[in-house]
Amino acid sequence: MKFGVVVFPGSNCDHDTYHVISKVIGQPVEFIWHRQTSVNDCDAVLLPGGFSYGDYLRTGAIARFSPVMSAVKEFAANGGKVMGICNGFQILCEAGLLPGALMRNANLKFVCQHINMRVETTDTPFTALCQKGQVLSVPIAHGDGNYFCDTATLEELKGDNRIVFRYSNANGALTEGANPNGSLENIAGIVNRERNVMGLMPHPERASEELLGSNDGRIIFSSLAATLADLAKAS
Amino acid sequence: MSEPAITPDSIRSHGLSDEEYQRIIELLGRQPTFTELGIFSVMWSEHCSYKSSRVHLKRLPTTGECVLQGPGENAGIVDIGGGMAAAFKIESHNHPSFIEPYQGAATGVGGILRDIFTMGARPVAAMNSLHFGLLAATPNAAPEERATIARNRSIMSGVVKGVGDYGNSFGVPTIGGEVRFADCYSRNPLVNAFTLGIVRHNEIFYGKATGVGNPVIYVGAKTGRDGIHGATMASEEFDDASQAKRPTVQVGDPFLEKLLLEACLEAMRDGAIVGIQDMGAAGLTSSACEMGARAGNGIEIDVDLVPQRETGMTAYEMMLSESQERMLIVAAKGREREVIEVFKKWELDAVVIGRVTDDQRLRVKQGNQIVADIPNEALTEAAPKYNRPLKKPDFIGEIASIEQVEKSVAELDATFMRLLAAPNIASKEWVYRQYDHMVRTNTIVLPGSDAAVIRVKEKRRALAMTLDSNARYCEADPRVGVQLVIAEACRNLIVGGARPLALTNCLNFASPERPEVMWQFSETIDGMKEACEVFNTPVTGGNVSFYNETEGRGIHPTPVIGMVGVVADAKHITTQWFKSANCAIVLLGKTANDLGASEYALATQSTTNDQPNRLGNAPPLDLQLEKRVQEACLQIIQAGLVESAHDCSDGGLAVALAECAFSSYKREAIGCEVNLEGELSQAALLFAETPARIIVSAAKENLEKIFEIAREQNIAATVIGRTGGENIKIAVKGEVIINRPTTEVESAWRKVLPQSLEEASMIAAEQR
Repeated sequence: MKFGVVVFPGSNCDHDTYHVISKVIGQPVEFIWHRQTSVNDCDAVLLPGGFSYGDYLRTGAIARFSPVMSAVKEFAANGGKVMGICNGFQILCEAGLLPGALMRNANLKFVCQHINMRVETTDTPFTALCQKGQVLSVPIAHGDGNYFCDTATLEELKGDNRIVFRYSNANGALTEGANPNGSLENIAGIVNRERNVMGLMPHPERASEELLGSNDGRIIFSSLAATLADLAKAS
Repeated sequence: MSEPAITPDSIRSHGLSDEEYQRIIELLGRQPTFTELGIFSVMWSEHCSYKSSRVHLKRLPTTGECVLQGPGENAGIVDIGGGMAAAFKIESHNHPSFIEPYQGAATGVGGILRDIFTMGARPVAAMNSLHFGLLAATPNAAPEERATIARNRSIMSGVVKGVGDYGNSFGVPTIGGEVRFADCYSRNPLVNAFTLGIVRHNEIFYGKATGVGNPVIYVGAKTGRDGIHGATMASEEFDDASQAKRPTVQVGDPFLEKLLLEACLEAMRDGAIVGIQDMGAAGLTSSACEMGARAGNGIEIDVDLVPQRETGMTAYEMMLSESQERMLIVAAKGREREVIEVFKKWELDAVVIGRVTDDQRLRVKQGNQIVADIPNEALTEAAPKYNRPLKKPDFIGEIASIEQVEKSVAELDATFMRLLAAPNIASKEWVYRQYDHMVRTNTIVLPGSDAAVIRVKEKRRALAMTLDSNARYCEADPRVGVQLVIAEACRNLIVGGARPLALTNCLNFASPERPEVMWQFSETIDGMKEACEVFNTPVTGGNVSFYNETEGRGIHPTPVIGMVGVVADAKHITTQWFKSANCAIVLLGKTANDLGASEYALATQSTTNDQPNRLGNAPPLDLQLEKRVQEACLQIIQAGLVESAHDCSDGGLAVALAECAFSSYKREAIGCEVNLEGELSQAALLFAETPARIIVSAAKENLEKIFEIAREQNIAATVIGRTGGENIKIAVKGEVIINRPTTEVESAWRKVLPQSLEEASMIAAEQR
């Protein structure tokens, strides 16, 4: 199995994501430069956090036109596993791989802090090892993480069980106080209809080692690695 | 293009005195061209030449076992073991941040980041020391005061957003620092930015133009007309016309800087680069002449080749522009293509604009015409040096002890709550929440404890760092004041489990042309020298910022100390918070009657006027005792005997105990029950800011070992209470003074900054 971490100009969590895959999960991983027109032989593609192309326009609005994104779309269309973290989530929404948009935080400020998020579904390659209702302590760091979509899309997300994570308190209650950015119905992460593309605002790569205060995020990468291993075995 | 004529007016408007102009003529042996006049004016500005401070700075200890690079390069470098080194430095961006808070602060961060990666080090941690005017108006304040408060809030909101936006986008974690408040910073806010980077010993780069004939390559952003004379502006006092200087403030582009970082580090790995320096203050001028001077060579450039953002720029404008995100590189001859290719990959300009010469001169051509031809020495070593007159300020001798009257229990309790809501003490979460403090996944101790700690991934060791200042102490006694600051910086690292290695300083002062200010500066240097020697923490570089003065009113002397230490083993990392109930709380060191110049004095003696002669003198400091307390604490931590350790400073023991009790990540608040004994007044036992004191909490079975270490170091160690319970309960000599739910106290402490700033920041965000 091989992971790919896309590097856009302005990506700044690329090294962190690479570190977790290679050192913590212990799987092969390579960087994919934004000008590449293929994701090579990667089995999963990770879009890391950062400020792609500076994000001076709308977050992710330029990155979606990057050559590598055509390759990522094709990869996803063929069932490839894609996960966008923070800026990666924003890019996936802009690219139309995920529905909805990430607006500016309700308080208009960048916010960096640990939050709790509740696992809403284990029926994804990214949460297969989690327990439904499990609460993960993972940090956020963003200025534009306020998830929004129209009512029809929201109903679809709910009906299809496609909301993966919701901001909650430590006990798993979905309170207003636990919502750090004003996201619709405390949504922190979603998957596409085919369940192979996920985006989330929190940074699991920052919570994958006990030394950094929490390793709750690790299970997301482990889930993905386990899914890929199963797929490899099956084929 | 012909150069404008030089007139007495143009000399004056360049900030040069008649004597200085005569000196230029002597050094050149002729009249300067207009471009040369501009070059001299920036290189001889206080900001670039250190002309008032150099005679004093040379008294500082700058060498030591760990020092790989002392002052004189873009940043200092210390050995952190295992073949790795830390490059770090602090720099001021005070003047621009008053004129344009958002961009001023952002470009301050950008500038110090470049200083670090130009050495070949990847920036892994940033901190900043911010000083602002007060945020709360007095009751029944006049409209003028209310306007000042509103402006202070708006400056702070803008600065914090500027620091955050730049560092967050660049991808360096802002892991700590300090934010302090006093009236004197209302029109002279201080923005001091610190960055630390990691580099292998054998991969350090220097700003040296070695190898005659080597090509000189300009890389990064295009040159525009922004920031012309920024260095000169930073070398003047402010007046009402200062707001008209907004065009001298540069505009930052963190995205471009991020590309520049990656491109520089990649190009450095290939071995084609022999020397590199960022273009900071005085832009192309300072990088070209300093790189030449360090190598004993010269540099010749053609400004027509410089990538330009605007049309019709003159040589003068290009040499003085302070456009951001630019670097000057000297490459190995014949390998310039390799360098250029790397920068192309990152979509950055990279152009050969000149070459290294053997004549030790800075020669600037515009096409065929030579517009400047100056010996490097005239711009660097031969720049004016002033030994300005010193005079002890009159008020120093008039500082009276503060009035100490017996206070009732209710008054002391109210003072406690008031201190926790004092802006210097209140939670700074509102600020650091806006900074990404976790990117790069190294941050082990997040902002909020005494020192921030990051791991060094390559080597499994950790670095602790802190920024400290206390201008009130320094105003009352600059010599002892700076020693108290250095002692506190060391203490902050020690309680985190680190041994202090070295420091960088940012010396913020008012006008050096006033003898009282120069006396304060000189005393600061003497005090710093002595403390550095005792703590074995040499100065590896820093920055002097004079002229922090508006309409004749200067800031307090504000030396800011950035201290870096090494944690030998990650298991030594300790935070300030109580970890479990029923631990003994031990005070290392002993409280004395030190209420002078304290937060207590500020809160009780007067509300609006922080003139030190009413607040009493700074606490005396016994450097040797301080060293012993710190040594004992580090030994206790390394022996694994404690669960928490906290420096005791602003607000004294009562405040420090509350800070230990407050909640933190994944940790509920834990109360405490304490009784303080001693011959002093109740107020002194609770609130005195005696240095050389540390609060630790430890399991009871470890007490005997702790006492033994304390005895060996000949310091006091006293059990003052135990952890646990809902309340913070503090008695003095058996009489309960404070008894409040920890959550209530914590909430009062947390809400101060949000209440003052939320509105101002919403307005600032809308305007952006």
